[in-house]
Amino acid sequence: MRVTVRLFARLRDLAGAGELTRDVSAPATVQTVWDSLVSEMPSLAEYERTMSVAVNAEYSRMAASVNEGDEVAFLPPVSGG
Amino acid sequence: MGVELVAVTSEVLNLEALTAEISRGASGDGAITAFTGLVRDHNQGRRVTFLDYEAYEPLAVRALNRIIEEAGTMWADTRLGVHHRIGRLEIGEASIIIVAASPHRGHAFAACRYAIERVKQIVPIWKHEHFEGGEVWLEGATADPEDEHAKQAAYKIACA
Repeated sequence: MRVTVRLFARLRDLAGAGELTRDVSAPATVQTVWDSLVSEMPSLAEYERTMSVAVNAEYSRMAASVNEGDEVAFLPPVSGG
Repeated sequence: MGVELVAVTSEVLNLEALTAEISRGASGDGAITAFTGLVRDHNQGRRVTFLDYEAYEPLAVRALNRIIEEAGTMWADTRLGVHHRIGRLEIGEASIIIVAASPHRGHAFAACRYAIERVKQIVPIWKHEHFEGGEVWLEGATADPEDEHAKQAAYKIACA
């Protein structure tokens, strides 16, 4: 199934794109999507300990399940204000 | 012309308009407090030239609304508005404005302080700092709205 991946800030710079589509086999979790990204782009791996994740623009967890058409976002530590 | 109480925008922030919206029709208020965050010209020994703010906008708006709801449970008589600017900001420009109105000044000050502390914890916005000699993405807190320790830390600062 196909999901949309959103990357922000330095994660976006490292990946060279802020939006990607990925095919992952069901059943999948946020972790599955992340692992698929890291296998292609190992430089992203350092963020696994510090990032947050969101599914369809709601905060989520790595173990959350992902469905066809979902938007999965990976968010480095935030620095707004 | 209504002004939204929550906004993530590339437009110049308008404190007067947000204050007017918060105040509208509320004759029971005894205090309004406002916080304005500015882009400063130095950070960690670097001479900053400008900041470029990036947001995950739909989640940033939700996180801001969540902060307002949290503050509403802590200071039930207090109302909040928060506008965050994104895109390129020059030195001295406002990056965030927060307005709190309450019957009591203590609650208005506390809610305002709580909101900015929570913004720095859980709102998906990032500063790309451009300085003399380079650029860097600033990274602060790992955003976790369910983290009660972070929430309590913000509350304690607000009530200090």
